[in-house]
Amino acid sequence: MTTQTNAPVVATGTTSSTTGRGRGPRTWIVSLLANGVTSVIGLMFLVPLLWVVFAAFDSQAGLRLELPSGSTFGLDNFRAVMTPETTYRPMWNGLVLCVGSAAIAIVVATLAAYPLSRFETRYKRPFLLTILFSTGLPITAIMVPVYGLFVQLNLIDTLGGTIAFMATTALPFSIFLTKNFMDGVPITLEEAAWTDGASSMQTLRHIVLPLMWPGLSVVLIFTFIGMWGNFFVPFVLLLSPDRLPASVSIFTFFGQYGSVQWGQLAAYSVLYTLPVVLLYVLLSRRLGGAFNFGGALKG
Amino acid sequence: MATVTRPGAPAGPGVRRRTHPVKVDIARALPLTPAIVLLLVFLAGPILWCVYAAFTNTALTGAGSGNTRFVGLDNFRAAFTSDAFANSVVLTLVFTLLSAVVGQNLLGLALALLQKRSVKVVRTLVGITVIGAWVIPEVVAGYLWYAFLAQDGTFNEFLGTFGLGQNWLYTLPIIAVSLANVWRGTAFSMLVYNAALSEIPAEIEEAAEMDGATGWRRLRWVTVPMIKRTVTTNLMLITLQTLSVFGLIYTMTKGGPGTKSQTLPLYMYEQAFSFSQIGYGTAIALVLLAVGAVFSILYMRLLRED
Repeated sequence: MTTQTNAPVVATGTTSSTTGRGRGPRTWIVSLLANGVTSVIGLMFLVPLLWVVFAAFDSQAGLRLELPSGSTFGLDNFRAVMTPETTYRPMWNGLVLCVGSAAIAIVVATLAAYPLSRFETRYKRPFLLTILFSTGLPITAIMVPVYGLFVQLNLIDTLGGTIAFMATTALPFSIFLTKNFMDGVPITLEEAAWTDGASSMQTLRHIVLPLMWPGLSVVLIFTFIGMWGNFFVPFVLLLSPDRLPASVSIFTFFGQYGSVQWGQLAAYSVLYTLPVVLLYVLLSRRLGGAFNFGGALKG
Repeated sequence: MATVTRPGAPAGPGVRRRTHPVKVDIARALPLTPAIVLLLVFLAGPILWCVYAAFTNTALTGAGSGNTRFVGLDNFRAAFTSDAFANSVVLTLVFTLLSAVVGQNLLGLALALLQKRSVKVVRTLVGITVIGAWVIPEVVAGYLWYAFLAQDGTFNEFLGTFGLGQNWLYTLPIIAVSLANVWRGTAFSMLVYNAALSEIPAEIEEAAEMDGATGWRRLRWVTVPMIKRTVTTNLMLITLQTLSVFGLIYTMTKGGPGTKSQTLPLYMYEQAFSFSQIGYGTAIALVLLAVGAVFSILYMRLLRED
């Protein structure tokens, strides 16, 4: 990246000496300024984040950012929260919710993306536009009717119902992404198989899917991350403490006790955040360092 | 490209797409069924129910729980004449404008531009930090900022040296949650603008530089016009995301103190679940949906304008 941005400067410098001469000190100041301002902004983003890391290892942690010193430094906070009620069960619930809904979302989205990517029909455009339209709908707004629906269907406080709803909320974007990835697989391979008498579902399974695993895993990780952090949906649809995922139980952790054990809350936050950070690292590797938003935003 | 004219089919000189017999269409659309069923039951259904319930007095307790009846526009009339509703509309606008349109958008653009001119170490480290704030779950971000802005938190310790310390969550709650939302959401805009800036051909910026356009003028007349589409699309997306923020505000202030940070989603939650006024709650939800829909339509218009 560095060489790319520097190359034109060098080129203009050699071709036209007039512009090249006055630039030396100017570029130097500009780059110093840019680096300085960027670092300051970065530091402002870092400071609130540091508190959770320091407090997690500090048995006497308060709200203030402090480097844990000698006697208070340790794993006490982690030891205190690593119990079935506080950590293991909510994490397990979160895992069940996320794996369940991400799996449903990806299977349903792949099936839906296939005809949308491969065939030209009259319903395709209106359907795709509807899908695109629903990616923008604020899910927060429909939680009241969904609660009503769940009461009617006797689905309230069930993991199954919550999984189905969470999968649906992820569907519009998953279909959109999956279709884009599928469009990248050339259709010629399938056409050969079709002439040999293979059905479209057979070609999907044996030809298209093996070629788009990288894309599919991106969709999978993306939906998983979205659901792991989702607070409002399980907060409304699940009631029993033993069914709550980590995103909600961290909240009750805060509310239940008069004096909050900040160190323990921080330690729990670290444990809860770790999976998404690891998945994100994995995801950004897959996409070559950055999300390809440029392409996604063009539709 | 022969067009098969069928009764009922919108055929004409404008239709150039090849159409299939209806049977083929249905057979090919079959894999779409699970998606359509899920979307109808859990997304379209609740939205339609929203439209219905907003005109009834549905409630979990009290008058509306036994016999639900149509009350016409009563819920909306109640909302539009209520101070609490007006308060949350204003707060939602302040929150969205401040944290999304100004904060996330401008800071994201600034970061993307600055990173382009920074050395690799700075660029990478700052990028990781900003993305880190985006990746961590909403509720954890809420706690971080609660701790950061609390009376005896880090921010006041720093400001205390200038004698400016105060309990921000009580004195300026909407500013406090907006700051937290800027912190949490800027990474998205930064990534979007990073992608857009990297697509600007180097020759164009180079040519502008040769013509003597420097600094602000190059940004104003060359860079910004070239990423105009991305700017509008990004604004749409982050506006929609910010409109429905709930967890972050709920963990930081619960909408308080009083109703000083009660945006529309929190007001809706309070009415529907704390006060059991489902009918009134859905009316508010409908307003929120309508606002989201308006933005979605604008967004789709933008995508089509190519």
